[in-house]
Amino acid sequence: MIDVDIAERRGAFQLDVKFTADAPIVGLFGRSGAGKTTVVNAIAGVGKPSRGTIRVNGHVLFDAARGIDLPPERRRIGYVFQDGLLFPHLDVEANLLYGQRRRRSSERVIADERVVDLLGLQALLGRKPATLSGGEKQRVAIGRALLAQPRILLMDEPLASLDVARRREILSYVERLRDELAIPIVYVSHAVDEITRLADVVVVLAEGKTVAAGKPHDVLGRIDLPAATGSDEAGSVVEARVARHDAGRLLTTLAFDGGEFHVPRIASAVGERVRARILARDVSLALRRPQAISILNILEGTVAAIGDQSGAIVDVQVTVGAVLVNARLTQHSVRELDVRVGRRVFVLVKAVALDQHTFGHAEVSA
Amino acid sequence: MLSPDEWQILALSVRVAIVSVVCSLPVAVLVALVLARLEFPGKTLLDALVHLPLVLPPVVVGFALLVLFGKRGPIGSLLDAWFGFTFAFRWTGAALASALMGFPLMVRAIRLSIEAVDRRLETAARTLGGSPVFVFASVTLPLALPGIVTGTLLSFARGLGEFGATITFVSNIPGETRTLPLAIYTFTQVPGGDAQALRLSVVAVVVSMLALAASEWLTRRARAAR
Repeated sequence: MIDVDIAERRGAFQLDVKFTADAPIVGLFGRSGAGKTTVVNAIAGVGKPSRGTIRVNGHVLFDAARGIDLPPERRRIGYVFQDGLLFPHLDVEANLLYGQRRRRSSERVIADERVVDLLGLQALLGRKPATLSGGEKQRVAIGRALLAQPRILLMDEPLASLDVARRREILSYVERLRDELAIPIVYVSHAVDEITRLADVVVVLAEGKTVAAGKPHDVLGRIDLPAATGSDEAGSVVEARVARHDAGRLLTTLAFDGGEFHVPRIASAVGERVRARILARDVSLALRRPQAISILNILEGTVAAIGDQSGAIVDVQVTVGAVLVNARLTQHSVRELDVRVGRRVFVLVKAVALDQHTFGHAEVSA
Repeated sequence: MLSPDEWQILALSVRVAIVSVVCSLPVAVLVALVLARLEFPGKTLLDALVHLPLVLPPVVVGFALLVLFGKRGPIGSLLDAWFGFTFAFRWTGAALASALMGFPLMVRAIRLSIEAVDRRLETAARTLGGSPVFVFASVTLPLALPGIVTGTLLSFARGLGEFGATITFVSNIPGETRTLPLAIYTFTQVPGGDAQALRLSVVAVVVSMLALAASEWLTRRARAAR
């Protein structure tokens, strides 16, 4: 349980952030300069807000009115920095144990063997940080933070300095931490795909303010979000269940509240809940059900909202059953089809727009 | 190779230089840390004060020491009354003069290396549960080690060569305050002493080279440890 309500003024930048989240992974999302790092720094006790309160699992870490401001070493917040920040003069093992040795044995819940095993660090223990690759450094940094026995783990853009393959690798490690250690994680990112895959609750920051907070499919599908976050990757998030695999056609069918999606075969088991993100530019609209077309997913829905229509590109939000799907169209097409709120339309989504890497495991309770 | 007298001069010089370095090192680290990390009114003044021995004529420093730490000086008389300890005309006084003259060099090198330490590493150490003092000892100091070694050597070399402040403060007493430079100077003042002066000069060169080699070796080890 993380409860943040803080304000801070730095020059022209005014931070005013308030959110409460109780989820395995809380995603803190926004473009760079939105104040994400300022918020995690405040939680870790590295930066000091001018007013407000910060509580984690009921422990008051900061309360300006009551004059409470625990120093970072007493907050028990694990912090994984963007560039790892391993101690260059210590080997991997000494880096890992640095924080653990500062905790009383009664506070040591997360065992070192477990962390070494979970993050695959055995072969690295004797090495110096300078000899590690970017992904290895980040794994050691995560392990080091965990062994300091934190109450929550903050990860500030942990993939920012990694290539695509390493990113996927670290993402799956983060999922393992969540599943096996049951430690709450605050995951900071400007990348929608990372947030979609990991976050159970998303908090969106823009220019120092909380603009949205909630479940990813509610928050990330909001039609006003691209404007607020500056992301050109408008899209929507669908939570679904794996209904069946079609071995012959190499397809997997996902069932959601309002229909079915066919996607290229994925590894998840039947019955498992998954979360997928559909980019708005991969979605087309039609007034009649198209015939003889390669697109596998044709769903009937109702136009729920239309975004800003002054530019050449217009986002249209369509309700399909209980799910909102965003489509990004030209203004020309919107006029041509006479897209209006309340109009029945067919939503066309290419199956390949939903590939394995866009999926995250959704909570069973979701 | 060396006569007993020469051995005595060498041993005294090395003892004075080592004691001066060992005693001034903790103070220098503290001052370097303050100058590198803190902003406070009077910082420029402290900085200037630390550098003063570098720019003043050594004789002036020696004279100031004589006035302050002499038997009847304001500090010297207190030390004598409370602890029965005197600097004046003792080898300890020579060590004090050496320490003061080498202090700016030591502080400078250490300060630069502390300033080069990425402060975010210290932040990371704090979030891992380290108190500020522990973080300083376990992260900042080891990372600043090459600068500390360099500063120590510079100060040691400066101490071995210290002349003006020493002769003014504690005079030139054989067996007590007559260090290598003072002995060489003395030999050049007596007829036929040139050969003796030359022998001691060679000793000075050898000792300095050894100190340089030792520091080079230590610095390389400190770097390799990263």
